[in-house]
Amino acid sequence: MSKVVLKAINISKQYRLGQLGTGTISHDLNRWWHMARGKEDPYLQVGEANDRSSKGSSDYVWSLKDINFEVKQGEILGIIGKNGAGKSTLLKILSQVTTATTGKVKIRGRIAALLEVGTGFHPELTGRENIFLNGAILGMTKQEITKKFDEIVNFSGVERYIDTPVKRYSSGMMVRLGFAVAAHLEPEILVVDEVLAVGDAEFQKKCLGKMKDVAGEGRTVLFVSHNIQAISNLCNTGLLLNKGQIEIKGNIEDCIKKYMMVSRPENFKTIGLEDRLKRGTGDIIFEELKAIRNGKESWEFNYDEEVTFKIKVTATKDTNSLGFYLAVRDPFSEEVISNFKIVITEKLVSKDETISFAVSLPKKTLRPGQYGLYFTLSNSEYKIFYDVLDNNVNIPMLNINPISMDVHENSGFVTIPFNLKID
Amino acid sequence: MTNKEIEDDNEAWDLVLEPKTSWYSLGLSQIIRFKDLLFLFVRRDFVSVYKQTILGPMWFFLQPIITSLTYAIIFGFLANISTEGMPPFLFYMCGITLWNYFSDTLTKTADTFTANASVFGKVYFPRMIVPLSIVLSNLVKLGIQFLLFMIVWLYYFATTSIIHPTIYILLVPVLILIMGFLGLGFGIIITSMTTKYRDLKFLITFGVQLLMYASPIVFPLSLVSVKYPQYKWILLANPVTGIIETFKKAFLGVGEFEWSYLGYSISFTIVILFLGLIVFNKVEKSFMDTV
Repeated sequence: MSKVVLKAINISKQYRLGQLGTGTISHDLNRWWHMARGKEDPYLQVGEANDRSSKGSSDYVWSLKDINFEVKQGEILGIIGKNGAGKSTLLKILSQVTTATTGKVKIRGRIAALLEVGTGFHPELTGRENIFLNGAILGMTKQEITKKFDEIVNFSGVERYIDTPVKRYSSGMMVRLGFAVAAHLEPEILVVDEVLAVGDAEFQKKCLGKMKDVAGEGRTVLFVSHNIQAISNLCNTGLLLNKGQIEIKGNIEDCIKKYMMVSRPENFKTIGLEDRLKRGTGDIIFEELKAIRNGKESWEFNYDEEVTFKIKVTATKDTNSLGFYLAVRDPFSEEVISNFKIVITEKLVSKDETISFAVSLPKKTLRPGQYGLYFTLSNSEYKIFYDVLDNNVNIPMLNINPISMDVHENSGFVTIPFNLKID
Repeated sequence: MTNKEIEDDNEAWDLVLEPKTSWYSLGLSQIIRFKDLLFLFVRRDFVSVYKQTILGPMWFFLQPIITSLTYAIIFGFLANISTEGMPPFLFYMCGITLWNYFSDTLTKTADTFTANASVFGKVYFPRMIVPLSIVLSNLVKLGIQFLLFMIVWLYYFATTSIIHPTIYILLVPVLILIMGFLGLGFGIIITSMTTKYRDLKFLITFGVQLLMYASPIVFPLSLVSVKYPQYKWILLANPVTGIIETFKKAFLGVGEFEWSYLGYSISFTIVILFLGLIVFNKVEKSFMDTV
């Protein structure tokens, strides 16, 4: 039995909502007064489970509540959950950026957290100087960095610019250099946030590869991500958080299945609207979106089944026309297949009008695997975008299951019937 | 739990993260583990400040020269404030050199949490490393400016006969140490208190300015003793006074030196530093939630 290297005991974290200002000082004084008399913090008893969408009555919320888990040596634990489920809070506690309100975490060995690449880079300093600085911030000694310096530079691929101030670097080079340093950290426990969300597809693959190597060396990794594909590839155990509590802990496949169900929004009208309104005008918005298999909602299809989406949209303003675009993405958010302009109507869509339609992908098009989805509404010329849905609202991944042994994964994403002519 | 698991649990943990730690655990061992980072920060501060300037580190010399000249003109020449028979330029430089060390340390450490929030929010290292690095890099700066002061001092020492250094010159390292710790102590108290409520931040810039005029920098303490004895307590309550006066006595042979003044400064510094460490230690763990 491998030993437990990390143990979280009853950790809870309370946050105060709203702004800090003159009003909060009375709470602070009251708390201080209770503490000074050796009593318990009066505000720890209030607070409610964290649910963003419903308006609560208390100013205090529990971002995490009574979290207990253990991680064994060599385990690669994937932590998943909706936005606001408490993943980042948990990471912050594990990486010592902040402390839990109650409870404790016990750790064996060195722990290093990678919540961002290139933390503490100083723009005026050269790449060389920043490698040392960043390495030291992450907890390496000067000696360790000197020993690995050439390796780091090689891995980053910015050798030519190593004596140039990093403010002259492209953002991609900066990320490469940052990751190169982080990749050469050698802690017993590595905590990784969604740093993989940045950088190009090639870089993301490199990162995933590196994390697999780390795990292969018998070290422990805690990995937080929305990238379900990456999680299921990399992790052997999972932890699903929901509203600050552990929903399931154990097998990664079970966690992912459950995650798909809890994260599926019923009504898209208000979800992630802030991000959506940054990317679109909001003149017409998605209201319902479902994948349908045999008349029932399902995001899992067999390879030989048609994939159908049922969509309902609502206009919030009088709008001239409506066009629709759907793209299927690979795990690195690259579009692998898309439709070419679907014009739904060229006529006026008046305010509060709803339009329902269905879109299908022909059977035997997508190869078995997991795919991200991307939907947009625009005018019929595709010039003005009204609304965008992708991972900003936790659309479930699309699962295509193989039907027989001869349809393999990992051989591209799309199949189409080729025309064959024998002379 | 099975026996095996109990055994497993009893085996020592390397690190336990808890919401509260005892107020006296300062994590010195952690600071030692991160000492390389401390020196890299000092280097960064030093190297980055004058990058892309033509004069480079020359600015370290120009700052005190120009300030001393300005003071010599305004306070010495125009306002005609006594410099106790010393050349005004030397007199002001003497005060400014040590005062700058204090005020730079104070204003920069007072900004520790807010200025470094982005780094502190992403990675853990002992937070104390940052204020310590500020003290050290200001010490280097002081070294350079002190060198300049010595050159000016030697010039006057050689060309005039009015300068009489005293045995108190042996106290100079102690004076520098107290000055640094005093700035650090005040700074970490202020930064700890401003993470949640920013009010103090507005106070600091002009507070430091005011404190300078409550210290014998641009005028000698003797001036106050003679002309306004009823206000002398203000200067004596200021822990900087004793340090500056001793410094002047050491190099110039003028000023009111009393062991009690210096003793007060030292005790004040110890108390402030101690308080600062406690507050800082308490705040550093969860300041990210309120900053």
